[in-house]
Amino acid sequence: MPVDVQNMQKVFARPNSLTDAKSTYCPGCHHGILTRIIAQTIDELGIVERTIGIVPVGCAVFAYRWYRCDAIQAAHGRASAVATGVKRANPSLIVFSYQGDGDFASIGTAESIHAANRGENITVIFVNNQVYGMTGGEMAPTSLVGQKTTTTPQGRDPKLFGYPIRFSEMIAQLDAPVYVTRQALYDTKRIKEATKAIKKAFTNQVKERGYSLVEVLATCPTNWRMKPIDANKHVANVVEKTYRLGDLVNRG
Amino acid sequence: MGKRLLLRGNEVIAEAAIRAGCQCYFAYPITPQAELLQHMAVNMPRLGRTFIQAESELAAINMVYGAASAGVRTMTSSSSPGISLKQEGISYLAGSNLPAVIVNIVRGGPGLGDIAPSQCDYFQATKGGGHGDYHMIVLGPSTVPEAGQLTMLAFELADQYRTPVMLLADGMLGQMMEPVELPEPIEISSLPQKEWATNGAKGRDPNIILSFDLDPEVLKQMNLILQERYRQIEAKEVRYEETATGDADIAIVAYGTVARIVKTVIKMARAEGIKLGLFRPITLWPFPSQALKKLSEKVATVLTVEMSAGQMWEDVRLAIAERAETPFYGEMGGVIPTPQRILSEVKKHAG
Amino acid sequence: MDNSVVIAGFGGQGVILAGKILAQAGMNHGLEVTWLPSYGPEMRGGTANCTVVLSNDPVGSPIVDNPTALIAMNLPSLDKFESTVATNGVIIMNSSLIQRRRKQKDVRSFSLALNDLAQKVGSVKTINMIALGAYIKASGIIPLSTIQTTMAQMLKKDGKDKFIPLNRKALKEGYNALQE
Repeated sequence: MPVDVQNMQKVFARPNSLTDAKSTYCPGCHHGILTRIIAQTIDELGIVERTIGIVPVGCAVFAYRWYRCDAIQAAHGRASAVATGVKRANPSLIVFSYQGDGDFASIGTAESIHAANRGENITVIFVNNQVYGMTGGEMAPTSLVGQKTTTTPQGRDPKLFGYPIRFSEMIAQLDAPVYVTRQALYDTKRIKEATKAIKKAFTNQVKERGYSLVEVLATCPTNWRMKPIDANKHVANVVEKTYRLGDLVNRG
Repeated sequence: MGKRLLLRGNEVIAEAAIRAGCQCYFAYPITPQAELLQHMAVNMPRLGRTFIQAESELAAINMVYGAASAGVRTMTSSSSPGISLKQEGISYLAGSNLPAVIVNIVRGGPGLGDIAPSQCDYFQATKGGGHGDYHMIVLGPSTVPEAGQLTMLAFELADQYRTPVMLLADGMLGQMMEPVELPEPIEISSLPQKEWATNGAKGRDPNIILSFDLDPEVLKQMNLILQERYRQIEAKEVRYEETATGDADIAIVAYGTVARIVKTVIKMARAEGIKLGLFRPITLWPFPSQALKKLSEKVATVLTVEMSAGQMWEDVRLAIAERAETPFYGEMGGVIPTPQRILSEVKKHAG
Repeated sequence: MDNSVVIAGFGGQGVILAGKILAQAGMNHGLEVTWLPSYGPEMRGGTANCTVVLSNDPVGSPIVDNPTALIAMNLPSLDKFESTVATNGVIIMNSSLIQRRRKQKDVRSFSLALNDLAQKVGSVKTINMIALGAYIKASGIIPLSTIQTTMAQMLKKDGKDKFIPLNRKALKEGYNALQE
């Protein structure tokens, strides 16, 4: 059948809020999908001109390149504190932080918990791939029991290194947060649900409802030493057993 | 100028920050700067401005980083151990070209030390206490009124040079009371726009605040910009005061509260026929090396007096080289050099 | 000449406040002043002292080797500071809590039963105002009325109006109790 170029319809395009800068993420990594979802959300809410992204130290250190909004590169773990400073200085801005598991749940533990406890009207995206990607595959606070990393070559032994932290569950114990949820990206159903969750987390801020946290279970095929498809399966079959998907707090 | 009020140094610094247009203040409690935090807790919300008691010094300085990025005047304050925690954030502020004011009401160290007055953080303040090739402007007030004036100046210089500025005062200045006429408040709306601020990419390309580039050549260029700015600051912003140096045979170099104690010593010494003068650096970085060098050509002896083991003394000797004798007298651990103690040191070197 | 006074006692005896009132009154009287507290982690119960310098000229050092006056509200304060008092200086010692006599010879020393005088006025808490009144008399640096007015203004500002008459009385009681 000949293609009717005249009447072709555009059904999929790069969100306006996403730049065409070349990705620095590894093939099969979920950061790319997540970046797109956030850009699409910024488009849908029409907030690109007043959005400030706070980017972390870690694989997402270059994230200021992907969005057509202002951005601030924060010190390791301090993104939630930096987001607090921006939002308090100018509450009309929409402020999101994008933080990995080491950033958010290890070195930034205090800043993460207390921004949530103050109910800062910000949106936090917490990417949990259970490993330190950029520095070379070391153990993360969220690494699974028995997980082999470059610093737990025999597998994570809870007697020596503790258990995987369910950080979102900790945040969910606080009175202030309005929305705490855990999502995944390993198939289209999960991507659709995660997209909804992220939109809700941004909408909460636009409507001045308060603190929202979206934890996203992501893959790291490189450091997990898996093929991307196997990595997706690993999240569904293994990671989800430790980190259950779904809303933990929803006071919207 | 308003009427004279009897106020503590800590209160005056806080009130001057408010009058300088500080819109966001973040800090964690620590002695001996608690009154500063408490003054802000009462007065910032009244003005519709931001006060947060942060969960840590790390969080406070990073909130400052965020507020500075958003383009408002912002400040944090602490005392020595807390300032150590802030070094990470100060390095990031310097690397990201962000204006902010940091107040250090110095206490005895190292470690937990004590809560008595000290000048033992001079190295940390003036030599770049965090990682990387950077400086910040460091101002050393000597009296309570001057603490207010230099707080106002700190905000001006921070904005002008896009750099962190530290007010370095010891615990005595923070705690003592003295009559002061508070400076007139500035009009926040009259401050110049900060074109670089991350306050929404409306009608312009996105602004990015960062201290980071993995390409060494690019990072070198970023460093050269900083160094060029430091040369400008050294050329234009050196401040110092000379007292009774005109006919002096011996001069003391001292800053902060030690310098005011020396003013009493000058009277005592001159009553005994010793021609003593005072050279007081007001900017500790940039250090007034040229002026001190000039003075050292006129006097036989330049005695450095500090509440430290001799930290500023290094800068004094660098400036003077071999032009004069450069003895040192210091106290540590929160012990204050009293007028009598300083006078007896002067006598060792006079005549 | 500079007047400098060290006011020392137990935490809770009001030495810090007495110093503040003296400094404020000095400023109101047109003098240059500094007020320097000793400060510690304890809020109550420890020892406390402050140094007030009053001068016609800008004050250099806020700490003094040899104060022209000492108000010792208890024995540890006398033990600690007595030997520092300048020649011909003033010592006001609280004989309610201090049994020993002065050791310094070349000073003007006054023993006053501050606790008893405060009780007589109506509250032992006015002990600091009794002492301050006595100091004003001994030093002659500020009129009694200026101290009284300053005290009233400061208490009013803190919402403690109801304590003003009592403290006014205490200042006067201390002033009158000091006899050369």
